[in-house]
Amino acid sequence: MLSIKNLSAEIDGKKILDGLELEIKAGEVHAIMGPNGAGKSTLSAVLAGRPEYVVTGGTVTYMGKNLLDMSPEDRACEGVFLAFQYPVEIPGVSTTNFLKTAVNQKRLYNGLEPMEATDFLKMMRQKMELVEMDKSLTGRSLNEGFSGGEKKRNEVFQMAMLEPNLAILDETDSGLDIDALRLVSNGVNKMRNTERSFVVITHYQRLLDYIIPDFVHVLYKGKIVKSGDKELAKELEVKGYDWIKNELEAAV
Amino acid sequence: MPEPESDIIDQVVSQDYKYGFSTNIEMEMASIGLSEETVRYISKKKNEPDWMLEWRLKAYKHWLKLDEPKWQNFEYPKINYQEIYFYAAPKEKIKLDSLDQVDPELLKTFEKLGISLLEQKRLTGVAVDAVFDSVSIATTFKDQLREKGVIFCSISEALKEHPELVKKYIGSVVPQTDNYFAALNSAVFSDGSFVYIPKGVRCPMELSTYFRINAEKTGQFERTLIIADEGSYVSYLEGCTAPMRDENQLHAAVVELVAHEKAEIKYSTVQNWYPGDKEGKGGIFNFVTKRGLCEGAFAKISWTQVETGSAITWKYPSCILKGDHSVGEFFSVAVTNNCQVADTGTKMIHLGKNTKSRIVSKGISAGKSHNTYRGLVKVNKKAIGARNHTQCDSMLIGDRSGAHTFPYIEIGNKSAQVEHEASTSKIGEDQIFYCNQRGIGTEAAIGLIVNGFCREVLNQLPMEFAVEAQKLLAVSLEGSVG
Repeated sequence: MLSIKNLSAEIDGKKILDGLELEIKAGEVHAIMGPNGAGKSTLSAVLAGRPEYVVTGGTVTYMGKNLLDMSPEDRACEGVFLAFQYPVEIPGVSTTNFLKTAVNQKRLYNGLEPMEATDFLKMMRQKMELVEMDKSLTGRSLNEGFSGGEKKRNEVFQMAMLEPNLAILDETDSGLDIDALRLVSNGVNKMRNTERSFVVITHYQRLLDYIIPDFVHVLYKGKIVKSGDKELAKELEVKGYDWIKNELEAAV
Repeated sequence: MPEPESDIIDQVVSQDYKYGFSTNIEMEMASIGLSEETVRYISKKKNEPDWMLEWRLKAYKHWLKLDEPKWQNFEYPKINYQEIYFYAAPKEKIKLDSLDQVDPELLKTFEKLGISLLEQKRLTGVAVDAVFDSVSIATTFKDQLREKGVIFCSISEALKEHPELVKKYIGSVVPQTDNYFAALNSAVFSDGSFVYIPKGVRCPMELSTYFRINAEKTGQFERTLIIADEGSYVSYLEGCTAPMRDENQLHAAVVELVAHEKAEIKYSTVQNWYPGDKEGKGGIFNFVTKRGLCEGAFAKISWTQVETGSAITWKYPSCILKGDHSVGEFFSVAVTNNCQVADTGTKMIHLGKNTKSRIVSKGISAGKSHNTYRGLVKVNKKAIGARNHTQCDSMLIGDRSGAHTFPYIEIGNKSAQVEHEASTSKIGEDQIFYCNQRGIGTEAAIGLIVNGFCREVLNQLPMEFAVEAQKLLAVSLEGSVG
């Protein structure tokens, strides 16, 4: 599904990613952990094609295509979805209207007719149930005046609507209380299948109690320095990131 | 965060006007320039009564004494009034009873604009008084309106059929001496629409006029007069596009509305005249005087405008709230791109007791354009309990455009409650990227964000007009962000 080789990237001339390697197969859930400033969010931004980030080396192959050659909207239409750490507000545009545009743009890209209004609304209802989202939110301006938890749930709702092949969750757990965390995680878990892959970026092991990953990677100074299964996350929780840092320094 | 900004400008600049074309039709023209003779010629051509000619001459004589105003927030090339044709009419061959008799060239023009009269007539139930180069060619749905006693015709026709109404109301809201361009219009106006809604009648359909500027070097001077008698209601739609031209064309219209006791007039405009090329050359100058009078108690006048065209837009649809408890509203979206200038807003003059006004203005500037809101809220000494709420929002696209706000407030009564809110925002890169990440391309994203920004105003438009306006906003800003 996704193959990242020797990826380097910078923003404003500052190197953030430095030779990152990652292989993800269809249906797998990979957790990326690491201390602040390690490059976790940069990785998600680069994969989504955020223009401020400049790729200085390496390759990213997504479903056999060169991902880095594609515009952000083409990547989205090809099935890459990013759940934002800080979802953006768009005043005056309802979530319904926004998603209708997004869903139809994706269909257009794939040579399909726009969705009938009734089918679309039916789909909305189904997916809203999936993330137990309050109906009133879809009529309100996108993310405007939403609580932190509502914004994150709206991200997962959008993910459900757009049915991506590769979903990247950028610190979706940050700012969530335990109930919201459970709802969001349930939504993600219901979407797991053999075709769909997830990259779950998080600071804390807590989220991984709900979304059980197949692999856990530790990102430090722009590269993946340690990989393991879900037990690695628990070990990190106990020993802290200093453990990794010390281990690395000892190795030098 | 590099090139998007420079790309923006490149792409803005490569945006061409999509409705540029001209029609070959035999024209009958007044000789070039403006003199007393021109005024007499126009009046005679239209077989006007003597009082009308006198009225025009009074305006002309006053105009001679005036200087072009200089207070505006922009500069424009000096207009040489001696190089303008003040009257052009398609040569009249036969009296027209139906659309079939209309010059097919003319109908083609309307079709290119997507406003085929035939389609309109058949499908939409909207009566259309089409002003093509100063003379009304076709008017539809007359019979249905006549049943209700509604008069909807050209001013020329009204002068023949209902001279007493025209005489009573013309100039009663915008006098000939009001301002430079209103005086000019009063002297040389060629045609326009006339509407009269009798007491207690709710006009059974939206009334609509499409204006078009066609003849080269022809100034267009419409005059619109709408009277809603006691307890009546009318919704009037005005929409415009214009063919591409090299030279600046002056458009100085006057619109007068009179709402009697408990009457309501809703006046909606979508304006998309040629804005000029990327350097601003050749666009329309749109210098309009629009004013409504809430004559009686509980009268209501509501202006809604979506302004995307013209090189220079200069208009302030206003309300004089004379009747007690009368209400004035102004909802505006003004979009400027490339080198366009819009200086627009409203005046709400509170004279009666417990009068209310509401102003919602949304300005969007892209390219090197400048967008100004200029508004006056005036509460007279005797206007006890007057209330106003003003909301002025500006949105900037790119870093070479400008937004300006000049809100004037004059309060003569302590009981007045006046509120003013203003905001300025930029379409954020993060908003666009968020849309991109959901598969929405940048152009579509701008359209979405801008339409969201204008939603309060677009909601005021009649349904079919709102859809048109939404498309227009997206088209006007195509390529405005890279």
